[in-house]
Amino acid sequence: MNNKTAYPKAWLFVLPVVALVAFNALIPLMTVVNYSVQETFGNNVFFFEGVKWFEEVLNSERFHASLLRQLAFTGIILAIEIPLGVAIALTMPARGIWASVCLVLMALPLLIPWNVVGAMWNIFALPEIGLLGQMINGMGIDYNFTQQPMAAWFTTILMDVWHWTSLVVLLAYAGLRSIPDAYYQAAKIDGASGWAVFRYIQLPKMKRVLTIAVLLRFMDSFMIYTEPFVLTGGGPGNATTFLSIDLVKIALGQFDLGPAAAMSLIYFLIVLLLSWVFYTLMMRDEEQ
Amino acid sequence: MGLSWMAWTWPTAAFFIFIALCLVAMAIWEWRQPGGAPRRGVLGLDTTRGDRLFITLLGSAFIFLGWLGFLGTPLWGALVISLAYGFVVFRWV
Repeated sequence: MNNKTAYPKAWLFVLPVVALVAFNALIPLMTVVNYSVQETFGNNVFFFEGVKWFEEVLNSERFHASLLRQLAFTGIILAIEIPLGVAIALTMPARGIWASVCLVLMALPLLIPWNVVGAMWNIFALPEIGLLGQMINGMGIDYNFTQQPMAAWFTTILMDVWHWTSLVVLLAYAGLRSIPDAYYQAAKIDGASGWAVFRYIQLPKMKRVLTIAVLLRFMDSFMIYTEPFVLTGGGPGNATTFLSIDLVKIALGQFDLGPAAAMSLIYFLIVLLLSWVFYTLMMRDEEQ
Repeated sequence: MGLSWMAWTWPTAAFFIFIALCLVAMAIWEWRQPGGAPRRGVLGLDTTRGDRLFITLLGSAFIFLGWLGFLGTPLWGALVISLAYGFVVFRWV
């Protein structure tokens, strides 16, 4: 049973973390809550507005459109990156020099700063000078991500897949390497097919790391800002204006701090809810 | 350093005081009955008291947002539904 020794002073060791979280998360969050019920025109002068901004945001077509775009983007990249990451991890060598080479190559996109990734893909995909843009147009497909919404979406998704699939690969690979050889030997004796090994040994053993991969990719993609901002600036029109880009436009472009604060709280609650649902669903079977 | 930059209002201060009191109450409850009272509720989830508070607060936030989005102000109806929802969560989830 519980044989841990009670040591009340241990709580003191938690204090620095509590102070840090208070300064970088709680106090700013409290300030956002305060802003969300007020109107300001600067100079630290505020007028109480109640829940007006929340009502306005919840009934705003602009917010609905960015939320739908955000959900579509996150859904698409999760549907691509998770299976692709697992598939690549399965094909990587288990040991030897090639394992190290693959790991370094996989880690490279993760080391590039987000704004550089956006700038790289912007130039890479430009129809006039970019290699990708020239190649697609050379194949007879009319492609210009600065003018066509579908092309802008295609480029944004491709960029995200290029940048972040590696993270899923590295996590899945770590999960695969933690499976003892005895499992594979037992499967071999039983004459299990490749699919059966994947379905009943590898996939269940990767569950924990895949949960982390899904959560990380979900939260990151749901809050994506820098890469699409540098690549498309939210355009053409509003085609790639995701929630965070819209939020920055409202807060800093229009200086509507009240509506922006209300929107960011709704945004935060959606991220919190979806993360909780993902986590609970993925951990549920394991607990049972 | 003053706190004027945080733009405090009485309603938002009351909201945070309520959350803080909830946490204090949970701490006292845990001190009186240690272990977090884990159980598997009607949804098939393993929850402790803390989980149930989290589910209550998160769900209540969406009840308020839903009420506000579909019906607007006043929010008394959302408050009643949230209290009932919290009771259900603490009793059966």
